[in-house]
Amino acid sequence: MADRSPATRRSLAALLVAVFAFLYIPIVTLVALSFNEGGMPTAWTGFSVKWYSALMANRDILSAAINTLIVAVISTAIAAVLGTLLALGIETRRRKGRALEALVFAPMIIPDIVLAIALLSFFSLLKVPMGLHTIILSHVVFNLAFVSAVVRARLKSFDWSVTEASADLGAPAFTTFRRVTLPLILPAVIAGALLAFTLSVDEFIIAFFTAGAGRASTTLPMQIFAMIRFGVTPEINALATLVMIVSVTALTLSQRLNKGVLAP
Amino acid sequence: MAPALLWLTALMVVPCGLILALGFFRRGLYGGIDYTFTLENFALIIDPLYAGIFLTSARIAGLATLIAVVIGYAAAYAIAAAPRHRQPLLLFLAVLPFWSNYLIRTYAWIVLLNREGLITQALRMLGYEGEPPSMLYTEGAVITGLVYNYLPFVILACYAPLARLNPELAEASRDLGASAFTTFRRVILPMTLPGIAAGAVFVFVLSVGNFITPALLGGGRFQMMGNLIYAQFLTANDWPFGAAISMVLIAIMMGLLTLQAIAAEKGAGERREGANG
Amino acid sequence: MTQQNPHFRLLLAGVAATGLAAAGPASAELVISNWDGYMAPDAVTAFTSETGEAAEMVVHATNEEIMGKLIASGGAGYDVVFVSSPFAEVLHNLDLLEPIDAGKVPNLVNLFPEAAALPHDPGNTFSVPYAWGTTGLCYRSDLVSPEPTSWNDLLHPAEAQVGKVTLLGTDRWLLAAGLLAHGLSVNETDQAKLDEVEADLIEAKKTMLAFDDTTFYSKLVSGEATLVHAWDGWCNYGIAENPAIKFMIPSEGSDLWVDTMVVMKASGNKDGAFKFINYILDAKNHAWAAENILYKVPNKPAMESLSPDMAATYPNMGMAPADLVALEQLRDVGEASRAYAKAVSAIKAAQ
Repeated sequence: MADRSPATRRSLAALLVAVFAFLYIPIVTLVALSFNEGGMPTAWTGFSVKWYSALMANRDILSAAINTLIVAVISTAIAAVLGTLLALGIETRRRKGRALEALVFAPMIIPDIVLAIALLSFFSLLKVPMGLHTIILSHVVFNLAFVSAVVRARLKSFDWSVTEASADLGAPAFTTFRRVTLPLILPAVIAGALLAFTLSVDEFIIAFFTAGAGRASTTLPMQIFAMIRFGVTPEINALATLVMIVSVTALTLSQRLNKGVLAP
Repeated sequence: MAPALLWLTALMVVPCGLILALGFFRRGLYGGIDYTFTLENFALIIDPLYAGIFLTSARIAGLATLIAVVIGYAAAYAIAAAPRHRQPLLLFLAVLPFWSNYLIRTYAWIVLLNREGLITQALRMLGYEGEPPSMLYTEGAVITGLVYNYLPFVILACYAPLARLNPELAEASRDLGASAFTTFRRVILPMTLPGIAAGAVFVFVLSVGNFITPALLGGGRFQMMGNLIYAQFLTANDWPFGAAISMVLIAIMMGLLTLQAIAAEKGAGERREGANG
Repeated sequence: MTQQNPHFRLLLAGVAATGLAAAGPASAELVISNWDGYMAPDAVTAFTSETGEAAEMVVHATNEEIMGKLIASGGAGYDVVFVSSPFAEVLHNLDLLEPIDAGKVPNLVNLFPEAAALPHDPGNTFSVPYAWGTTGLCYRSDLVSPEPTSWNDLLHPAEAQVGKVTLLGTDRWLLAAGLLAHGLSVNETDQAKLDEVEADLIEAKKTMLAFDDTTFYSKLVSGEATLVHAWDGWCNYGIAENPAIKFMIPSEGSDLWVDTMVVMKASGNKDGAFKFINYILDAKNHAWAAENILYKVPNKPAMESLSPDMAATYPNMGMAPADLVALEQLRDVGEASRAYAKAVSAIKAAQ
């Protein structure tokens, strides 16, 4: 969209600056406070990493971080496989039913609270003991939807004639998949998996409802929620900074691997 | 694809079906479920108290949606108007906060808004000496939190159709003597309506179903449908009623998605017309 | 369909990994759920080193939160749970509690006679009192004048306090504030009276800052609030940070609340659970708990061993058991709990 007057361009730029300020000031504030010696937002008393060492010494937080990684890694791995298969399955079908589309789309749009209580009731009525495994099972639901969405986007521009050529040359179906299809879609699979990983690391509501008793199934977001409930503490700022670094890294990688994951 | 569909069926379709069924049973005296068929949970939904909560949460969510759409659309427009090579980075930066932890993003506003918080400190530093304003635990704080959390999605949803927009169309409209505003209203807006609608549905449904933001930024003074569902499951132990409210939430979402699909059809129609004319 | 095989194997690997994760953290540790900061920080490790029983402490923010979890899981996964007495009554009625085996808890003799004859569970058959006290007003005496005397000073505060009061947000205590202000029982079940209280509390919402069950004392310390609805012990946390903070029981009276320890029927290690309760009831351990949490404990030798400075700094620590049990104890209200929940929804939803 060209031909804009300098005045228009200036006001559009000013608008963007204002929106980015709104989006980033709260985050930057937390990061800055996490290095504040005194810890309280009331005054800057000097640079310090003591809140980070306080975090490292906190057994509950370490255990929650490990649980979060277990949940995110396993649910992402399962979702990467299932989501890729799902995407391949849908994109190779000639006719895509509306019901199928809705089923695959649903986990992304269904309000978290509804899915969370549905799963809680389900596990509770079936008397499935709840713990990390129920969080993992539940996270796969939305993770696989995101992986399949990213992989499907890549498959839409996929030239199926290469797989036909491979088959014509006598390659077994699996060989074709491993040697032709997979390498072509792998970046999308990894990008989708990284996205799923981020979602899983940050997911609170479903984990909160489907977790079992005790530290054994407390994830980091659950720990953060408990800490916030008990007030504003400097440790939360440090923890928030670390969690954001993980998310941002995974997302940047995802974006690099597959241009257009976050932006079309 | 079978294992994935099986997974979705077992852990999404069946549990959601279960919730639908639960809505027709009675709550046991001490929580739990008394398996007698009843419609009283759905009758309770039109009870003035609960209907009132739905309306209030619809109002708060509606305001959040309106604000998020106006700001988000403007930001998406500004990004689409930026030099082409800068657009991916701008969009990535706009969406990035969306993928960081929701609790943390909400908590940041507690730090900023509380009476002894950063904004008050800043005002005092600027020489303000009066009673600090009460910003946290207000409807404004809840709406700010919702807009803040969902804005990136609106930007993303609105950017896609704006970026696809053929600049020649707008030019043609202007060449035919239409004012900039008329061009926007008659050409640009209809063609980007599906993006706006998608963003709006998303913000509205997630806001209505939210329970964290009203709890943390509203000081428990505001109830969204999400808080009500949460309370039925974790405090009132009335699962059947909680299930019934969830179904209402899903029904609202499906209704809005249908409207969005209609908007998308209409947008596609406008695009065809635009292409032909 | 040769193509299916590798996928199937990957799927199996995934499922196996899930299984491993599930098996990993499971252990025979006793799981004790308590409010955050409601026990001496070293209580669990000291218990383990004394008895050899491995244990871990998990926290819940409110009674309701742990009740939701316990009812959803049928109590599975927890061994000892700390809940307020009306909730212990509900768990007992749901048949989720193991009867207290007095033979395995010899330290029960340390309880004040009043604490062994509480109306909700005379003889401690399913619950053991851990801490008790009352609810009242906690305020900044340097910022609130004249000093509050009535529940109405909280519900309808003077101009200077408007927007600076917080109310407890959990069903029973929120309604108790209104019930007491109206001179009613804290266990009132008459719908018309509940409606009256509901209307009054909706009115009170206009002059308050927030509902707060967890951070009210820090709001007092920071000055964000000046007058809060508080449990006696949590007010003491504020007093510890700012001596200008005071606690008072309004003239209309207040409730007696009792936080209890219960053993879940689903516990896999009930002997360990009883050992834990017995450990807590030991005079020295229970006194150490009181010193840490600044709440009164219903343990006679423990309270007698506390330094007199304690009651000097925190006057409510010195309240006698006879005065406490003169207040009306919060009880399970049965079917009326739905009316309570509905009233609280209406109050929280009102604009």
